Amino acid sequence: MIYQVFENVAKKYDVMNDSMTLGIHRVWKDILVHKMNPCPGTLLLDVAGGTGDIAFRFINYVRSVRKRQLQRKLKHHQNLSWQEIFESYQKDEFNSLGDSQVVVCDINREMLKVGKQKAQHLGYSEGLSWVLGNAEELPFDDDKFDVYTIAFGIRNVTRIDLALQEAYRVLKPGGRFLCLEFSHVSNPLLSRLYDLYSFQVIPVLGEVIAGDWRSYQYLVESIRQFPPQEELKAMIEDAGFFKA
Amino acid sequence: MEEEVEMEGWHQLYPGHIPTSPLQKVLLAAGSAVMALCDPYRHGKAGERSACHPHMVAVLGETTGCLALPNLRDKMKNHPEGYRILRERPRIRLSTLDMARLQGLPDGSLGREYVRFLENNVSVGFHGVQIPVADPCAWSTGEIGATELSWTSLDLQKVSPDTRMPPKFVDDEELAYVIQRYREVHDLMHTLLGMPTNMLGEVVVKWFEAIQTGLPMCVLGAAFGPVRLSTRKLQVLATELVPWAIRSGLNASCVLNIYYEQRWEQPVESLREELGIFPPPAVRV
Repeated sequence: MIYQVFENVAKKYDVMNDSMTLGIHRVWKDILVHKMNPCPGTLLLDVAGGTGDIAFRFINYVRSVRKRQLQRKLKHHQNLSWQEIFESYQKDEFNSLGDSQVVVCDINREMLKVGKQKAQHLGYSEGLSWVLGNAEELPFDDDKFDVYTIAFGIRNVTRIDLALQEAYRVLKPGGRFLCLEFSHVSNPLLSRLYDLYSFQVIPVLGEVIAGDWRSYQYLVESIRQFPPQEELKAMIEDAGFFKA
Repeated sequence: MEEEVEMEGWHQLYPGHIPTSPLQKVLLAAGSAVMALCDPYRHGKAGERSACHPHMVAVLGETTGCLALPNLRDKMKNHPEGYRILRERPRIRLSTLDMARLQGLPDGSLGREYVRFLENNVSVGFHGVQIPVADPCAWSTGEIGATELSWTSLDLQKVSPDTRMPPKFVDDEELAYVIQRYREVHDLMHTLLGMPTNMLGEVVVKWFEAIQTGLPMCVLGAAFGPVRLSTRKLQVLATELVPWAIRSGLNASCVLNIYYEQRWEQPVESLREELGIFPPPAVRV
């Protein structure tokens, strides 16, 4: 049923996100990547990464870090001839990502399709791969990735504990697990407003923009059913992670 | 999503029903009005589930029909034939229509002309390649969209009555039927009024329906539809077609009170007279 939800909404996924959050979801995702602070050479696994939002931001971030690296290197090469500078710059141009890579993994073919199209449209090609897979049973070897992200995806996983275990498995020792998700609002007034907005407005937006009331009704309800922050923290620690 | 999901607090009155709060209805009406007015003719690409336009018009119709629909239903209840329709709930679908039989009826009969109308719309098979022709009808009643039709390369007739969108936001099961009946009978309106499914023809039918049903969606369609017409067409519309549509609409008895399925053999002209629809003006639409 969850599969069908995302199959139906895949094409309008991004538009809906912008409408529902008034574009704020972009900020949240930016913050996630900033917290990640990846350096060139990082291998990222973005699970439930569907339309590629996190992956593209990762690539942009790494590129700009790399550029700064190169600029600093050049500054130190005070005594090189123009020829030598030109050559070294050229060599590094081909490595604009510094060997960083991101694997986008999603269980839904339609979402991956949209992501691939976006990548093509926006000009992302190197360092990016798309894999069909289940968060509860990842098609990757142990100890492979430096960072694992799951943005707004974990609440759609049936067995969160399994997904966390898999995350632990595929991450290298010292690797980081980053999860971006909606949380419970503790302030009662805000909570009521939030509920009002969620239940009254979001399904309407779903119907009017994506022609799909039910999927967005499901979305709103799944957010409510997701375990609160403290419980999630405990689950993460149960899977073996430290410093949750 | 065809599965009926058990969601908390849902009280479905009929299959496909989505109960909505008054606030949600207002938001839906506003949202669908904006989307519908943007570009009423745009259909989704094949395979794409589009929220647009025919769909939005349908949603608009359902959320604003709260006064007009009970009115229509009462008109039907108080009429012997309308009452029978309400009780028997006939549906116009391909599976219930005997196309072969209708095609065999004499020219000028309701059945024959209806099939002729269906044949001239939406998709024309051409050497196995589907060539979708924009169906403005979809705009006026809330058809799902050309994507939902079955494409066969050899059949020429494929405006399918089956593509009328089932109601979702009407909170009364009988009223849901009334709006469904209105949608399914729309093609017959074209046939009775002799109006093709181009923009001009659609607007004329909308004027007629606006008078007949009082549905805000029809009124909006009648008012905003002409915006996209050329001056020449606007002139014809204003001087001949709309006055005729209004006069006929006012003069005619309720078009939902005719059990069309039992009148296929009746000549269109005779049915027009019976209803009180004046003969269409002799202009090229």
